[in-house]
Amino acid sequence: MKNPIIEVHNLTVSYNKRPVLWDVDYELPPGQLIGVLGPNGSGKTTMLKTIMGLIRPDSGFVEVMGKKLDEVRDKVSYVPQRESVDWDFPANVMDVVLMGRYNPKHMFRRLSKEDRELAVAALEKVNMLPFAERQISQLSGGQQQRVFIARALARQADLYLMDEPFAGVDAASEESILELLTGMKAEGKSIMVVHHDLQTARNFFDWIILLNTSLVASGPVNEVFTEQNLQAAYGGKLTVLSQIADLVASKAFPLREKGLQDREKL
Amino acid sequence: MNEFYTILTGSLVAISCSLLGSFLILRKMAMVGDAISHAVLPGIVIAYLLGETREMIPMLIGAAAFGVLTTVLIELFHKKARLQTDASIGITFTFLFALGIILISAFAGQVDLDQDCVLYGDIAMVPLDLWITDAGLNLGPRQVWILGVNLLVVLAFILIGYKGLFITTFHEEYAATVGIAAGFWHYSLMSTVSLTTVVSFESVGAILVVAFLVVPPATAYLLTEKLPVMLGLSALFGVISAILGNMLATWLDGSIAGAMTAVAGGLFLLTFLFSPKQGILMRLKFR
Amino acid sequence: MNSLLEFLSLADPNVRFVVLGSVLLGMSSAVVGCFTFLRKRALLGDAIAHSILPGICLAFMVSGSKNPWILLAGAAVSGWLSVAAIDIITRKSKLKPDTAVGLVLSVFFGVGILLLTHIQHQGNASQAGLDKFLFGKAASMTSEDVLVFGGVGMLLLLVVIAFYKEFKLISFNPEFAKVIGLPVAFLEFLLATVTVLAVAVGIQAVGVVLMAALIISPAAAARFWTEKLAVMIVIAAIFGALSGVFGSFISFSAPSMPTGPWIVVALTVFVMISLLFAPQKGFVARWLRDGNNHEKILTENILKALYQIGEKARDFAGSRELAEIRERREFGPGELKRGLRILARRKLVVEAATGWRLTSLGLTESRRVVRLHRLWEMYLKEKIRLKEDHVHAGAEAIEHIITPEIERLLEEKLGFPERDPHNSEIPR
Repeated sequence: MKNPIIEVHNLTVSYNKRPVLWDVDYELPPGQLIGVLGPNGSGKTTMLKTIMGLIRPDSGFVEVMGKKLDEVRDKVSYVPQRESVDWDFPANVMDVVLMGRYNPKHMFRRLSKEDRELAVAALEKVNMLPFAERQISQLSGGQQQRVFIARALARQADLYLMDEPFAGVDAASEESILELLTGMKAEGKSIMVVHHDLQTARNFFDWIILLNTSLVASGPVNEVFTEQNLQAAYGGKLTVLSQIADLVASKAFPLREKGLQDREKL
Repeated sequence: MNEFYTILTGSLVAISCSLLGSFLILRKMAMVGDAISHAVLPGIVIAYLLGETREMIPMLIGAAAFGVLTTVLIELFHKKARLQTDASIGITFTFLFALGIILISAFAGQVDLDQDCVLYGDIAMVPLDLWITDAGLNLGPRQVWILGVNLLVVLAFILIGYKGLFITTFHEEYAATVGIAAGFWHYSLMSTVSLTTVVSFESVGAILVVAFLVVPPATAYLLTEKLPVMLGLSALFGVISAILGNMLATWLDGSIAGAMTAVAGGLFLLTFLFSPKQGILMRLKFR
Repeated sequence: MNSLLEFLSLADPNVRFVVLGSVLLGMSSAVVGCFTFLRKRALLGDAIAHSILPGICLAFMVSGSKNPWILLAGAAVSGWLSVAAIDIITRKSKLKPDTAVGLVLSVFFGVGILLLTHIQHQGNASQAGLDKFLFGKAASMTSEDVLVFGGVGMLLLLVVIAFYKEFKLISFNPEFAKVIGLPVAFLEFLLATVTVLAVAVGIQAVGVVLMAALIISPAAAARFWTEKLAVMIVIAAIFGALSGVFGSFISFSAPSMPTGPWIVVALTVFVMISLLFAPQKGFVARWLRDGNNHEKILTENILKALYQIGEKARDFAGSRELAEIRERREFGPGELKRGLRILARRKLVVEAATGWRLTSLGLTESRRVVRLHRLWEMYLKEKIRLKEDHVHAGAEAIEHIITPEIERLLEEKLGFPERDPHNSEIPR
């Protein structure tokens, strides 16, 4: 693949020493709406967090736009799960969206007028501008989700990683979020979305990643949605893999030797 | 005049603690604040032992380092030994506090601290320790100056670091994905809390520090959904507690620190019952 | 040394009281602490300890006496109120549990201090000693104290034994307990009461601030040694009792020293010992296991390299020089020689004049490692659908860990393959 937006290479990731993603390996085309699907506990969120550098993999690596994440952080924007924050926090919608304009290099500087204009524009895109002064504790689930998306939009990134943006939102919010994503794609943005609903996925996405602790398939929607792939993803866990994962966890076994990573080759 | 200085001392501690405490309770770290305020004891005892021979400011910072050490130990227990957080907190602060008490007993002759003072301070003594310059000029109680400078440090930290504190408190994980060093903000806050604890210790003792760290911010949190307002309200509640507490203490002839805490608790109780949105009585009424 | 013998002989009746008292207090707090620890409410004990003070002061103000039963009743009531207050604040407001604990703890204690200083300033001579509740008084326990507090401690132990199964269930799986019809509300109440009483008597040993250690530390230390609740409780009780003995010994041999802090130091030492030396979970055990894992990886990699050289040369019996092995695979400085010496000790390789060669035992073992490596590569290709050029790295780690059972499972699932993805033979 030429100029993949994300390249994931032999990625193995553990949680509490137990591997939850095994040797995952794929490349993603730019400018597409990409869905990440799989049963509960198949490693979807772990995958996104690893790409965002929140979890260190045991082995393998991730490249974003052909570079290390740190070099292109400004061009990547992340929408975490709604449940990852306490919505009782004393802040209003505008406060949260403006966080999208925070820059680690200018933490002691006040936000500029341009920052505020970008935040307003982002709120407008998710149809939340009338709620700008609303306290976040008073938002519905779908509105909370749209605030998170607006915060990500305010970063003016090229690549967006979204963890379950459609979870627990009402039909109207779902409609408007989908419309927004399609519009972003039309502007040439790349969007990777963790999703839980097989039914809608077929219509939402151009490209699908199917996970079941290991990669089942990654490709254009029509190629991926085969009977065989779905059986492999949703037909239960791979017994051998989960047995090995238990062994690795109980013996605290290192999945890669120190200092010898990727050097030897048969 | 003495009464004025007592209230001023209490208010200075109250404002510093309430501002920092607001961030602590929003970070779900109220008990870490509790732990720090006890665990700086060995640092303070050592500072006393070194006594007049050293400069005051490095000694304060040295004692405050014990507070930061506490948070490091709690994290080590939690991450490396995989103990649950609250157990790590309990083990760490009781050990350091025990160490402090043992040091006090071992050097009883040399340390002018006793166990009572450690817990509830001696705010009534503050006006007696005056700062008199070499030229003989009386500048008022030494402790008031120290606490005043500390309040300036706290205010500067919160004003300058507001964005960093705000984003890492609301959403540490998101801050990390943007490239903001969450650890820097965590340890800056812990250092400021430790410093405040150390300078407040002598006049008000551990218990009032904990009370001001937690109670006024919790009260304010029930009344507002705006962080700047919460900060302002909790400082206000802190000052009210200091003023009314001083009156209560005189009336009952009891500990000033204890009375200030009791008033802060009373304000919380009133808010908890009658707050327009969060009060449980109001909610019953509209059910 | 003499003082130790004198202490251990328990000849002095005062020593006997103090030791007996401290042991009972330490044990009852430790046992009750196991439940609060497992219910992830470790700091509840801290809150109760602070909240007891106003109850004691009020009981004294009302009754005018220091009768331990009356004080204990006052302590129990205000301790109980604090538990209820934390519960109500957490359930009825947006405040989080840690804030509720900190709030209740400091307010109750502040009120307690206010009352205590008020009493002290009244000049009532009979109040002297009330402040012992702040810092504990293990060393000055009288026979009456031991009778009351030790008695309550015993009672608590009996209650825990009687309701062991029920307490266990509401600690691990309260929903299930409700489903099978246990009176969960009553059991919660009972457990809270037991905790309050354990704290109220435990304070006699260490005082308010350090009480948290008596509740938390034995349970945390015991948790390192076992996965079974019953065993954990017994170990925690032993830690609690030993710390009590240690504390009383210190105050016996150095009367100016406070007992409570030394009990806490002893408890912390038990935590550190457990953290370092407990089997499986301790640091030392983990270091040893990491070392073993590393050694296994190293030696098996050497065997594999020797096998691969032999495979290429169609000669498994020849001896190979170090340089030849290094050509096959990189090893850290000194690692290759170290690994070969370990293998030689296990009679898997022998040193020959021109290098090292596999013994027949070593050949079998090396064949096994290569077989597992290639089987796993096959599995990654067939079942995980990795490309041929990506399967090697994963197999490098997993080959060292596959058990014979998994090996059999793999062969079945793959239909007993003969060649790996790189078309090398999978040796039998």
